[in-house]
This record gives sequence, structure tokens and C-alpha cells, in this order.
Amino acid sequence: MNPATLALAAPACLLLGALVSVALGRRSGAAGTVAVASCSIAAVLGGASAIEVLRTGMPWGWTSAWSLPWASLSFGMDGLSAFFLAFILVLAVPAAAYGRGYLAHHGGSAWTSASWAFFQILVASMAMVVLARDGVLFLLAWEGMSVASFFLVIYDHGKPEVRSDALVYLVATHLGAAALAAMFGLWGREAGSLNFHALDAAFPGGKVGWVIFLLAFAGFGSKAGLAPFHIWLPKAHPAAPSHVSALMSGVMIKMGVYGLMRVILLTGNPPRGWGYTLLGAGALSAVGGVLYALAQHDIKRLLAYHSVENVGIITMGLGAGLLARTSGMETVAVLALCGSLLHVLNHGLFKSLLFYSGGAAAQAAGTRDLERMGGIMRRMPVTGGAFLVGAVAICALPPFNGFVSEWLIYSGFFGGAIQGAGAPSAALFVAIPVLALVGGLALACFAKAFGVAFLGEPRSEGAAACREVSAWMTLPMVFTGAACAAVGLGAPWAIRLVAPAAQALAGIRASFPWEAPDGSGPLYAVVLAGWALLALVALLLGARRLLLRGKTVTVEPTWGCGYAAPTPRMQYTASSFAQPLLAPLARLMRPSLKKRRPKGLFPEKASYASHYEDPADRAIFDPAVRLFERLATVVRPLQQGRLQAYLLYVLLALVALLAWEVLT
Amino acid sequence: MTLPWWNVGAVLPALLLSPLLLGLMGKTKALVAGRKGAPLLQPYRDIIRLMGKGAVYSRTTTWVFRAAPAVSLASILVACMMLPAGPLDAPFAFAGDLVLFAYFLALARFAVIAGALDTGSSFEGMGASREAAFSAFAEPGFFLVLGVLALKQKALSLGPILGGADVITWDGQTPPLVLAAVALFLILLAENSRIPVDDPTTHLELTMIHEVMVLDHSGPDFAFILYGSALKLWLFGAVLVSILLPGGGPAWASMALFLAGMAVVAVLVGLVESIMARLRMARVPQYLSLAGVLAALAALLLMAGGQP
Repeated sequence: MNPATLALAAPACLLLGALVSVALGRRSGAAGTVAVASCSIAAVLGGASAIEVLRTGMPWGWTSAWSLPWASLSFGMDGLSAFFLAFILVLAVPAAAYGRGYLAHHGGSAWTSASWAFFQILVASMAMVVLARDGVLFLLAWEGMSVASFFLVIYDHGKPEVRSDALVYLVATHLGAAALAAMFGLWGREAGSLNFHALDAAFPGGKVGWVIFLLAFAGFGSKAGLAPFHIWLPKAHPAAPSHVSALMSGVMIKMGVYGLMRVILLTGNPPRGWGYTLLGAGALSAVGGVLYALAQHDIKRLLAYHSVENVGIITMGLGAGLLARTSGMETVAVLALCGSLLHVLNHGLFKSLLFYSGGAAAQAAGTRDLERMGGIMRRMPVTGGAFLVGAVAICALPPFNGFVSEWLIYSGFFGGAIQGAGAPSAALFVAIPVLALVGGLALACFAKAFGVAFLGEPRSEGAAACREVSAWMTLPMVFTGAACAAVGLGAPWAIRLVAPAAQALAGIRASFPWEAPDGSGPLYAVVLAGWALLALVALLLGARRLLLRGKTVTVEPTWGCGYAAPTPRMQYTASSFAQPLLAPLARLMRPSLKKRRPKGLFPEKASYASHYEDPADRAIFDPAVRLFERLATVVRPLQQGRLQAYLLYVLLALVALLAWEVLT
Repeated sequence: MTLPWWNVGAVLPALLLSPLLLGLMGKTKALVAGRKGAPLLQPYRDIIRLMGKGAVYSRTTTWVFRAAPAVSLASILVACMMLPAGPLDAPFAFAGDLVLFAYFLALARFAVIAGALDTGSSFEGMGASREAAFSAFAEPGFFLVLGVLALKQKALSLGPILGGADVITWDGQTPPLVLAAVALFLILLAENSRIPVDDPTTHLELTMIHEVMVLDHSGPDFAFILYGSALKLWLFGAVLVSILLPGGGPAWASMALFLAGMAVVAVLVGLVESIMARLRMARVPQYLSLAGVLAALAALLLMAGGQP
């Protein structure tokens, strides 16, 4: 079959699955199984067509007239779309399987079946977003994605906080969509059509070009969760069921990254200023995201802030690529862009893994609060091991996948800094310590999350009563964990998924010399170091076994430094763990601390609570809401619920229109 | 992609001599304090003795605790393979290995921190938290130092970066290099849990950082930890010595110079430990930002000096 038919069959299959899911009504378990099946079939179809395009390097396009005004039914696939299509469809499968297990204890309900339908609509519309080659079609798919994900977030609509958080998401995503509509409008006016072919040829330079870029930056940035457009992210992810959080955080926010990359591809020759903007915004997101992640006690909110951080890293790579491209350093640009694109894949893998395992632990322990978990590793070994793999991968530590993509991005920074000259090189040099700081903070944050939630003694009765979850939930963890290891230990092969897109973004038409010493050749060495590590660990463990043979090995309580009656409540807490990192930054982050110090010779009660409010909430979101409320109060008298008044409005409007028609 | 595997001998000095650094440091401190001190070879004896012992594991711990020392030592060993020793080139050298070097050291740290948190001890949690925090603050400085060296040598591999980098033969570029070396020395003290950041000889668990994290390790596991920290000190010392000392000349001469330099670093750390008190915990971030600022200054000087 030709790749176009295959690719379009994938969303069709998903939409069909959505219909079947709804039709199943109260049998929501079966609806979930249908979703797993349709996602698997779609992954095979879409994956096959994407691999065909990546292998042959032959993009395709397909256009037909459409009855919608200014629209045409255009689809197409190039290297960028192929990578994203495979990424979306393959990662949807474990998410669906995990959700099948996660929602099992909710019992059968029509609402759960509907939620499965929305799940498949979300995946289908993401596939349509990357295949669309027309502005109107793109916006329609984009809207489908936003609405479907809103209904997924609001699954637990019985809880008031879920309703309000989902509402924030709905508003944020539509503000973003409005920016995108304006962007397409402005650009389409120059091009005379909204078809991507027409847009490609007609990108206006100068001020209009900058306005288009800033609109794209705001619209796509708000979907991607770039600071300061990220406010919805730490609210929506904890509110949603875990398989939805995994799909949204791992996959959906990357549609924003796709959008930015698509705009860059369509402009042909992006100005250097965009590179600076993206590098700076990425750095802000990365540092801010990881700092606020450190301050969280809610495991899913912590993971959500890490998405802000990782999208920041991806954007830094993209910005570095643009800077290098506009300074004539193509090799460096390809390295940074490969890193950026590979980090899209890697973040999708390890963030899904972390949401699966973190969500399973939270469900089993009955709380998302880190301070009430603990000791889960002993009780849920697969889940705990999965979280550990995810934690090591997201901290960009070898031998897992996160390291490979960050290494590529670092290579871009270092390469740009030493090869070029002037401001672009200086900017890339400055990015090096920023990424290093982010790496150090992420390590601290995941040492905290993993150590406090999974290691030690259980800190609550719920945590003590944890049991390992079903195979529906553990198998997706094993799959994504294995994929993290596979990308980390087989990077020279994984890079082929992103290389065509990276070359296109770097502005290189010819095939890139991958085996050249200054190219990706060292990637083999990076991977070899990972294998060497595994071999050495095995060797040392074997040596220890030999050394301990015949010796006494005893199991005793933890050394309490002389104290004989420790309780689990005396373990170091997550807030204490983060304190030495956050205390020096108190002036910057402005936490609200509630302290009750112990008093007197026989102190009875003491307490300490810390809460870090997001500065974007404080500085942007809250004032905006207040302004909107004030405006609403002004307009409110119009809305009285009296029919006569409404009839009057209709009459007045008619008269005004008539007058306008007559006078002009 | 071929790696210079035949250089595998370059790892030997680190493997064989790194515990001697600890011995030298201890001897220096003892002599300054007017004591006789433990013999120079005491760290070797400690490690060998621990290898022969049984082990005690905490009831709370999981496989994470048991894997931590092996993972930590293994990743430090991989880092060792990327570092040239004086005139000997590293066996594992390629463009970009400097990032890999830093991240393998980070993996070693993550393993020890996870092992500490696995015991559920509040003291070990405290140590883990401080180690994580101070290393995070030290990381930008360390990468800036690496960046300065890469910028000067126009290379991305530790071999060429360190091989040609020496204060003495660098016409006109001495100030940034000296600044980078000072920054690196400050980071060396912090990363290796030395005064003024951490006091390895303190007797109160509350005030320890690194030592308290490994309280529950025993037997071969503790030997791995001990040997790992000796190797880590060697790695940082080797980078520092390579910046400061000239290369070239006959191989035996530069090897001797390199080893003498390592001994000087050990004595220097011992002297710092003898004459300084440790900083208050709240002051450590400032100390580490000082290292970062010095390195940034070095970068600035280098960039300004490099422009026509």
C-alpha cells in the first residue's frame, strides 16, 4: 500500500474505534480493550508509513478541494511529520493499555467508555495535526486535540478542584489557539491561501515576520508548556487520570514543539533573532521548571513541572540549532537539532514511564503526597524499578536515553562556542552552565522523588498496604523502560528516526555525513561507554559475591546513631530534602512558610509547612483573571434573563447594521 | 569510529596510586598538627581489610542499596578511562567525552544518594540532601571550567584539552587559566567532601555530608565506596595538574612531573584542611558561586582576549 493511504488509515481506524467505544456503553472494560486494539492497529499502519518515508527519504503530499471557505483538504508527510507520527502512535499504545488497567477499579460506566472515545479522538487528532498541510485543517485538528484532552482531564468531574483545573486548561489552550488563528490569518493574507505550499513561498520578513513568529511562539509555546505560558500544565496533569497525564505530558505537549519546528521549516530562512529568543525562553523554562519541581510534594505536579523543564531543554536545542544555522555552522546545527528532536522522543518515553509508575504508586498508596509514601519499592518492585529507570533517564544520566539527547545538545553548545565567533558563540557558551545547573537540580529533584516515595520505610498506612498493580499496568512500564534502555544503548540507530528532520531544520538539503569524525561518529563511543558501565557493574557485583562467599552476612535494623526507637515519621522528608537547595533562592522564589517553632522546656507541638506559588500564576494568571472579572462585571447588567431586553438588543443590532450599511 | 584502546595503560596510575593521595593528605594533616599520623599506605590496608570482611545490611533496604556501591565505583571507573594521565593518552577519547566524564561522575553521586535514602535513616537523608544540593551548585562552575579549557584549545576531548593546556607556555592567556585552576580547586574541595565544605573526620553525624551517607555500608561495599572516593579525588586532581603543568619533553620526565604534581595537590588539600575551619552550611552555596564566578570571569577574559 502506498504510504499516504497507510498514514490516513491510522486516524480513520482510531475514529472508528472511538465510535465502537461509545457504542459499548456501560461495558467500559471492553471499550478500553477496543482502544488498545485500535491504537495498536494505528501504530502499525502509521509506523509502517512513517518508516517508509524515513527510509526512502521521499516525502508525499495529497491535496483535494474542500467545501470549507479558504480551506483545502491537504495532507503530507516529510521527515518531521514521519518522526512525530510514529512517536505519537507508538506511545499511545502503552498509554491505552495502562489506562485499561488504571480505570479497571472504577467499574463499568458510560462515562468511562466516553472517556475511551475521547482518548482515541485525541490520538487521531494529534496524528492529523502532523499530517495536515493546510491552515484550516491544522486548526481543526488542533481544536479536536484540545477539546478531546479537556474531556479526558475532567474525567473525575465529581471533584471541584478537578473541574477548576480543567477549566484553566480549557481557557489556556484556547488562548493559544486564538494566537495560532491570528498567526495563520496574518500569514495567509500575505500568501493568499492557507495551504502550506502557499505559506512556504510567502513568508514575509521584517516586522510582520516577527509578529507571526511571536504569535506562533505564544500559541505553540502555551501548548508545549514553555514558561511563562505553562500555567495550565501543573494544574491539568495532576487532575487527569495517570494514563492521560502520560499521554498529555509525554506526547501532546510535543505538538507545540512540532508546530514551532513546522513554522521554522515553512519560513525557509529564519532570522537569527528567533534563535536567541528560543534559546533564552528555553533556558528560562528549564531552570524555572526544575526549581518549582523541587518545591513540589505532589508527585504528579512534580512530574508536570519537569515537563516544563524538559520542553525548555528541547527549545534550547532548537534555539541553538537556529543560531548555529544562521552563523554558518551546519554541523553544529545538526547536532543540536538532532539532540532537540531526540529529546522529544526520549522525554515522551521516560515521562510516560514516570507517570505510569508514579501514578500506579499514587493509586496504590491512596495519595499523591510524597510525604505519605515511602517503602513502595519493597511492595511494588516492578513499579519501583520502572520509576528508578525513568528517574535515571530524565536526569540525563548514562546509560539511558536522556543522556544521549542531552549529550547531543551539549555538543551543539560546545561546538558552537568553540567554532564560531561573536554573539552567537557567546550565547551558546552561556547555555552550557545553564544546562549543567538544570542537570544538577534535576538529579537532586529525582533523588528526592524516588528516595522519599519509593525507598525507606512507609510513611503512612496507605503506603504500607501497597500491592503490585496488574499486568495491564506493569507491561507498559516494562515496554517504555526497555525503550529507554534501547535508545540509550542503541543511539546510533535511534538517531536515524530524527536525522532527516534535523537536516531539514538545519537547512541542509544533501545527506549529512554521519560517520564523519566531527559528526555523530562519537555517538558510538557514547553508547560504548554505557555498555562498559553495565559490564563493570556486573563485574563488581560478581566480585562482591566472591568476596562475601563464606563470610557472615547479617540483616539488622538501620544504624540510628545510637537511638533505639526510630519511627518512619523520623525519616528525612521531601521538603527537608529540598530545603538546602531552595533556601538560598528564597528571595527569588518567595515561598509562603508556616512555622510553629517548639517553645518552652517541654515543647508539645511544632509544625512547618512550605508552599511555593508559581510566579506565572502570581504575576500573569491571577491579574488576568481579576481584569476579566472586572470587565465581566461591567457587561453583566446586559444579561438580565428578561426576554424583552434581549428582543430590544436584537432590534438595536439590526438598526445599527442597517445604519452602517446605509452610511458606508 | 575507532577508540585508542591501546592506551589502556593510562588508567593504571589512577587505579594503583589514588589511595596514596588519601594517605599523603592524612600524613600532611598529622604533621601540621604535630602528630606522627597513620602510615602513608594506611588507605590501602583499610580497603584490603574491608574486602575481607562480611557485611551487614539494613532490614529496610532493597536491592538499590546493594547495587549502589558497585554502580558508583563502576561509573567512576568509566570516567577514569576518559582522562589522560600526564603524557599518556586516555583509552576512551572522542570529541565530546568531557560531557560524558562529568555525567558519569553525576551517576556515581546519584547511586550513592539513592543508597543513602534506601536506609530510611534521617541522618543519611540529611547527608544525601546536602550532597545533592552542593553538587548541583558546583555543576555550573565545573562545566564553565571545562568550557574555558575547550574554548582555549578549540577541542572537545579531554586529551587535547588537557594535553596542551598549561599556564607556563600560554603566552598572554595565563590569567584566565589561573582563574580556571583556582575555580577548579574550589570545586575539587567541595566535590571530594573536604574542608571547608565537609569535614571527613568530624565525629557528629549531624554535621557530616559524605561520610554520613555511607554509614550503613560495610565490608566489600564500603571498600568500593572508599576506593571510589580516592579515585574521584585523583580525577579532579589530574585535571587540575594537567592545567597547571606543561606537557612535552621526554615521556618519563612529564610522567614524573605529573605524579609530583598530584602529590603536591594532596599536600595542598591537607594543608587547607589543617589551617581552615569548615564553613557554615548556609555559606556553602556562596562558596560555590564564588567558584562559578571565577570560572565565568576566566571565560570572559578568554573571549575578550580572543577577539581581534
